[in-house]
Amino acid sequence: MADESKGGFFSDLFAPVAGFGVTFSTMFRKVATQEYPEVKWPTQPRFHGRHQLNRHPDGLEKCVGCELCAWACPADAIMVEGESNDDEAGLRFSPGERYGRIYQINYLRCIFCGLCIEACPTRALTMTNEYELADNNRADLIFTKEQLLAPVQQGMLPAPHPMVEGMEERDYYQGKVTQATPEQQAWVEHHHADHADGPARNEDDVEARS
Amino acid sequence: MTVTSDKSSGEAPEVEMVALTIDGLEVSVPKDTLVIRAAEQLGIQIPRFCDHPGLDPVGACRQCLVEVAMPDREGNVKPMPKPQASCTMTVAPGMEVKTQLTSAVADKAQQGVMELLLVNHPLDCPVCDKGGECPLQNQAMSNGRASSRFEDVKRTYPKPINISSQVLLDRERCILCARCTRFSDQVAGDPFIALVERGALQQVGIYEEQPFESYFSGNTVQICPVGALTGAAYRFRSRPFDLVSTASVCEHCASGCSLRVDHRRGKVMRRMALATPEVNEEWNCDKGRWAFTYPMLDDRFELPMVRRDGELVPVSWQEALAVAADGLRATRSAVLVGGRVGREDAYAYGKLARLALGTNDVDFRARPHSAEEERYLAEHVVGSTPETGGVTYADLDTATTVVLVGFEPEEESPIVFLRLRKAYRKAATKVFSIAPLETRGLDKLGGTLLPSAPGTETEVLQALAGDGTSEHMGSDAFAAARTALRDPGAIVLVGERLATVPGALAAAADLARSASGRVAWVPRRAGERGALDAGTLPSLLPGGRLVADQADRSEIAELWQAETELPTTPGRDTAAILESASIGEIGGLVVGGVDVDDIGHADGHEALRRAFVVSLDLRESTVTPFADVVLPVAPHDESEGSFLDWEGRPRPYRAALDTTAMADHRVLSMLADELGVFLGTRSLREVRAEMDALAPRAPQGGRTDDAGDPPSPVSVPSPGPGEMVLATWRTLLDRGTMQDGEPFLAGTAKAPRAVMSPVSAETLSIVPGDLVTVSGGGVRVTVPVHIQPMVDHVVWLPTNSESCDLRALAGQAGAVVTVTKGGAA
Repeated sequence: MADESKGGFFSDLFAPVAGFGVTFSTMFRKVATQEYPEVKWPTQPRFHGRHQLNRHPDGLEKCVGCELCAWACPADAIMVEGESNDDEAGLRFSPGERYGRIYQINYLRCIFCGLCIEACPTRALTMTNEYELADNNRADLIFTKEQLLAPVQQGMLPAPHPMVEGMEERDYYQGKVTQATPEQQAWVEHHHADHADGPARNEDDVEARS
Repeated sequence: MTVTSDKSSGEAPEVEMVALTIDGLEVSVPKDTLVIRAAEQLGIQIPRFCDHPGLDPVGACRQCLVEVAMPDREGNVKPMPKPQASCTMTVAPGMEVKTQLTSAVADKAQQGVMELLLVNHPLDCPVCDKGGECPLQNQAMSNGRASSRFEDVKRTYPKPINISSQVLLDRERCILCARCTRFSDQVAGDPFIALVERGALQQVGIYEEQPFESYFSGNTVQICPVGALTGAAYRFRSRPFDLVSTASVCEHCASGCSLRVDHRRGKVMRRMALATPEVNEEWNCDKGRWAFTYPMLDDRFELPMVRRDGELVPVSWQEALAVAADGLRATRSAVLVGGRVGREDAYAYGKLARLALGTNDVDFRARPHSAEEERYLAEHVVGSTPETGGVTYADLDTATTVVLVGFEPEEESPIVFLRLRKAYRKAATKVFSIAPLETRGLDKLGGTLLPSAPGTETEVLQALAGDGTSEHMGSDAFAAARTALRDPGAIVLVGERLATVPGALAAAADLARSASGRVAWVPRRAGERGALDAGTLPSLLPGGRLVADQADRSEIAELWQAETELPTTPGRDTAAILESASIGEIGGLVVGGVDVDDIGHADGHEALRRAFVVSLDLRESTVTPFADVVLPVAPHDESEGSFLDWEGRPRPYRAALDTTAMADHRVLSMLADELGVFLGTRSLREVRAEMDALAPRAPQGGRTDDAGDPPSPVSVPSPGPGEMVLATWRTLLDRGTMQDGEPFLAGTAKAPRAVMSPVSAETLSIVPGDLVTVSGGGVRVTVPVHIQPMVDHVVWLPTNSESCDLRALAGQAGAVVTVTKGGAA
């Protein structure tokens, strides 16, 4: 640029700081960045986040261990093993005959496509909006059943416990069970006193992870 | 899903052919072929549930409806008024069949049938064990309506019921195809289940007084086209899509069934019968199907162990092999191989004995045996294969007469039993059994008993051959057997139990010769036949080569590139090895997969206690407490190899599970290295290359009288008062260590009982249901009594059932035992 055209006095005066004009004006605009992690914004309601294994209203698990989610998974991220519910041994985790003894989702593999949710025949598996799935080691990103199970809400009792008296498996799906009954409450109190360290059958879970 | 095969494959070419048209395609099939099979030949799949090539047609499910037109007398092709079931209709010349592919009528009919079948079928596919491999699921997708018009409440039943301890029935899932009931009735001959009730309430039921106690019940689970029958052991264990399947062969008996091993993440989940037309067709027995948990038990050896201060402590392989080699080098050693190892492993044991230990003291017979048996095996059995004219399963199908001696097929080789039953049903084969009592198994074969007390089999065989005493000639059964044996082509099946009856094996061979028939030896254990051909007998080298023959010895020495001569002195058999070891003549024993109690030898424990014992084993066994070195080896599912079935047919198997466990032949190779000898059995390929280098040699046959000593006259035991002669054999399901860890299977084992004749019972004033105590030879068992017609003064008990262990007595033919009434005393 050979032609050195000169501006006026003010132009010369503010020339060294003219570039800050953009900065200055931006200070009065709406901020586009988020103050994460101090401020967490809600996701869209149908955002595909971490999975959750739902419970029936009395706290029994909805998962029947059918492995259809594992079958549907294109990333081979899910591992399920079924088992028979055993009322006599006090090991009833779901209504009906079968429950998921082992349930693991490997979040290093999961691509959050949601095909597992579509495959689930009992609406046991759904996705939450939780997206904070990072860690500094691989093992902790394989979520086990205990981590995936939905929290025990009002009126629920954590499995294992018997089904509601007089109800069949189909009654659970027809919404006839609304909350845990006093009998179930009594059963749980009685049995959890026996097994303070929680239900058995965890060793395979550990073994399968290793 | 059940694999269907074409029935016509076995038929001779001169069969009359019938030409017909299916979906406009011409096809020519043998007369009497079913339309559904003719369609299969064209690759047209007609949906079906009740149809199964191994069962008689029944037309129960109506799923296979097709439109059929037939020429009438004038030759005008006229359609039938309604769709026809193609699984019950045989082909006719000029027939025109239209399946669902070309006929809207047939398609609609099939969809209608499917809709009706699904009316009461629950929608519980996600929790059903059949889900994913279910013919109903698949065919509902391919040949059913997209949606159901049924809007009512489905018929339901509360819980699955136990048909037996190992088979569960979900009644609501049943579509009443009657495959299970037909299988039980026709193939197995155990009609303990039947369709009961009528209409919508029709269901499979059991007879209340008789439980479903069949050795073949697992097949009903496999052929059930829905999930109505499921195995208790596999219930909810896995889904078909996460199983990896490996074709394998059953390790439980010498029948040689093909199996499919389904495993997941290094654990075997289940085993199914695999169709092999020339061996097991599509069936197997419950033991082969469900007894696979034994390697998964806690007492499995993981590491080599060495005894230090009386305790076995885990050590490294190098250390264990060094200790083993030092112990064996210091003394004369012998090798005992159980009848469980594969052919290649047996070969390595034999080679180790000859090459590294310099001895012929090697024997695979971990059971009662005799020198006579060894001679018989060397002359008549080794090298016998279907190619060299040995008896095959197919020969049983068409045999006119079969004589069983010392052999109870249902208990000791169940697929031989199924073949004999098929022969009896389809070819009217006459079965005769030389045994003390008529068993239910013999009854199912329509067989005739030629009564003989234990130990007198030789006499009966000689009498049958026509040169024996006439003591047995009187009975009708005997006369019938003599008449039947006049037709050429009789087959004599001898069991391993005959080894202990003097002269019996030779007499059986003589009988076969005199009836221009053939004789086959049916051992009980899977590995025995292979071990015989691999040369793990004191007098035999691999490939039927004889130790006593100089040329044979040099041939093997050359093959093995032996630096020194192979040992020439005749070896000792199992009993002699144990005797020598118990008096210190043999100082070292290499023991592979032997249960010492099975041998039934009085010196067994003493021999192991005195000798330096190197035990190659999978789990803790009766040898382990005496072992100085334990070398862990791979179980069947984790190793590759082959068996020879009783026919001499190679039955190769692959490793289903990929583990670090080493097969016997590799461990032996390392042991030999430590002993300073190159065994050359590091890999299966190496072993097989060597075995294949030996030209096959057919059995030498020949009369046995050149063997010198004529069979010693049978000393007929004479039981005194309160005494009886013991007859015993093993039941299929018993206390065998390879059935460990499977409670559902054990639940269907026959309860032990003492069987005796009314006359015998009367002398002891015993009534049915009483307890008796049988004692003798240091053994004492108390079991309930069952009274049935049989040879008098003989009592039958199972050899090794729960609370009934008579293995110490099983070795003597005609052992005399004391029988007392009551449980005490």
